[in-house]
Amino acid sequence: MSLALFIEQLLNGLQFGVMLFLMAAGLTLIFGVMGLINLAHGSLFMVGAFACASVAAATGSFWLGLAASLAAAAAAGAVIEILVIRRLYDRDHLDQVLATFALILIFSEGTRWVFGSFPLYLDIPALLSGAVHLPGGAQYPVYRLAVIGVGILVAVGLYLLIGRTRLGMRIRAGESDREMIGALGVDIRTLYTLVFALGAALAGLAGAMVGALQSVQVGMGEPVLILAFVVIVIGGIGSIKGALVGSILVGVTDTLGRFLLPAAFGLVMEPSAAAGVGAALASMLIYVVMALILAVRPQGLFSAHA
Amino acid sequence: MKTILSAGLLGLSVAFAGTAVAEPVKIGMITTLSGGGAGLGIDARDGFMLAIEQAGNDEIEVVIEDDARKPELAVQIADKMVQSDKVDLMTGIIWSNLAMAVVPSVTAQDIIYLSVNAGPSALAGAGCSPNYFNVAYQNDNFHEAMGKAANEEFKKTFIMAPNYPAGQDSLTGFKRFYEGDLAGEVYTKLGQTDYAAEIAQIRASGADSVFIFLPGGMGIAFTKQYAQSGVDLPLLGPAFSFSQDVLPAIGDAALGVKNTASWAPDLDNEANKAFVAAFQEAYDRLPSVYAAQAYDTANLILSAAGKASVEDKEAFRAALKEADFESVRGNFRFNTNNHPIQDFYVREVVKVDGTLTNSIVGTAFTDHEDAYASECNM
Repeated sequence: MSLALFIEQLLNGLQFGVMLFLMAAGLTLIFGVMGLINLAHGSLFMVGAFACASVAAATGSFWLGLAASLAAAAAAGAVIEILVIRRLYDRDHLDQVLATFALILIFSEGTRWVFGSFPLYLDIPALLSGAVHLPGGAQYPVYRLAVIGVGILVAVGLYLLIGRTRLGMRIRAGESDREMIGALGVDIRTLYTLVFALGAALAGLAGAMVGALQSVQVGMGEPVLILAFVVIVIGGIGSIKGALVGSILVGVTDTLGRFLLPAAFGLVMEPSAAAGVGAALASMLIYVVMALILAVRPQGLFSAHA
Repeated sequence: MKTILSAGLLGLSVAFAGTAVAEPVKIGMITTLSGGGAGLGIDARDGFMLAIEQAGNDEIEVVIEDDARKPELAVQIADKMVQSDKVDLMTGIIWSNLAMAVVPSVTAQDIIYLSVNAGPSALAGAGCSPNYFNVAYQNDNFHEAMGKAANEEFKKTFIMAPNYPAGQDSLTGFKRFYEGDLAGEVYTKLGQTDYAAEIAQIRASGADSVFIFLPGGMGIAFTKQYAQSGVDLPLLGPAFSFSQDVLPAIGDAALGVKNTASWAPDLDNEANKAFVAAFQEAYDRLPSVYAAQAYDTANLILSAAGKASVEDKEAFRAALKEADFESVRGNFRFNTNNHPIQDFYVREVVKVDGTLTNSIVGTAFTDHEDAYASECNM
């Protein structure tokens, strides 16, 4: 195994992790601040991708599509918060799971109704297409580097927003004692709608960026949602820092596992059996990591409520 | 008198318009209409229903249900169709893992199952059944054809498929006829959408070509990412990876890619020309190989229903086995294990009038049969 291959795989893991972070950050914010389990977060990811694909197809510009994805996902988030989610804050988690699961079905069938069942076309903008040479001889797609860049920017932005602004102060206060900040005169309903729309916009951004790499189709959000839940459980529920560390841990573990495990089994078995066994083990690797972390730290790595 | 005469004429014209059917036939179709694999199931359903509608016969009833690519759901639907809908025939399953969950139990209850797509090796060899007819192919076939075609140009191919029954059949099939070396052999997760890790391995492997079996959304994701990766080795695949259901979403990244199938939109025979025109007319898009196979399946059922009563299972099976219908694939007959003997072609992705489609550029096999027929005792 060459160094170039290893560097490329590390970058792949980082890029995958950063994409997961965009999903997990919104999910953990919503869970941390509002105590709400939002299964429909994957649908907002899908809304972002479809908005981007359809606007890009209509205007020919990926960048307008990207802006549309943010706007559409944030709007969809605000609307479902006001219509549905607002009624769920005082209910127990089972009711929240049921209601947001219903939202997944509504979003999926609604999208199928509007766009049909065939995947949409969405391509990478010309500015970011192609690959660049990295030090060490490896080549890497520019677009994936850009995704990593956007992820880092969002992480820094969220850190500043939560740590340095008045809004962030209220979000933190809402996390630790929501009744008290209501009593202090903060409009908690608007704050919740705002946080929900912010989380939704991040999911929509992830959907649009990933949609250009993968296929834009109904149901694309659910596999990512499961991984995002793994991330916030590992990172500690409600913690942005935990979401970042958890995402990168999951991204790198999954990528390196998929590549190193079959190779490791290849040393002792014939190639085709090793490929099968390695692939099977690699697909459960992140869940093994999650189980180990929870065994040592049941509240996750950086729980906001520890 | 006048009314009686016109009623009689009307009756006559109806009788001639439709294919004659001995008994009413109820067909249960389980296919994937939602989730990641929906494009395939929708094409299969539309191709199937096109043939049924063209036959214009009220005696044939089709019950359609969505399995969402979930084996447990497919099993439940199959039970319901057998027990409460009382279907005579079943068909429609796209994915081999679902077929493995449904077909053996259905055929054991003496329901005839006709496959429009999935053809797992386990059901072609020792697990074959007189009640199981595969109208599409045995899973290995498309891949065998690519393995053979690859010999002409390539010496070191990197091969990749999802880790499920059809994925294993795929790589087995490719290797059966490929004579060069393998630069690598990788199984990915079914439904995987990010292939960066695999593309990195391809880059490092020193391969001269890449064979991928990634149907539906998986193929879209891989091909787009591959085009951006800076790796420019030729891509090869079975038709599933570059079929009409995914080409518009892949875009120009698919241009020039070689793939193998038993059918293409430009396959030159009368039945196919009529089918492609009728499908475009009805649905306003080009048919895929899934639609073609399902269209053939429906026409096979119609041909058998014209000869025998579905109540008489023995006679109906014999009528099916004759395969007395105009296949859009040209040559078509059943082997001893009720799997097709047919021709396989090499196709290339081209752009015709701004639409991406596949065009035949060569023939890989003529009258090809699957490798498992000899293991089938029935």
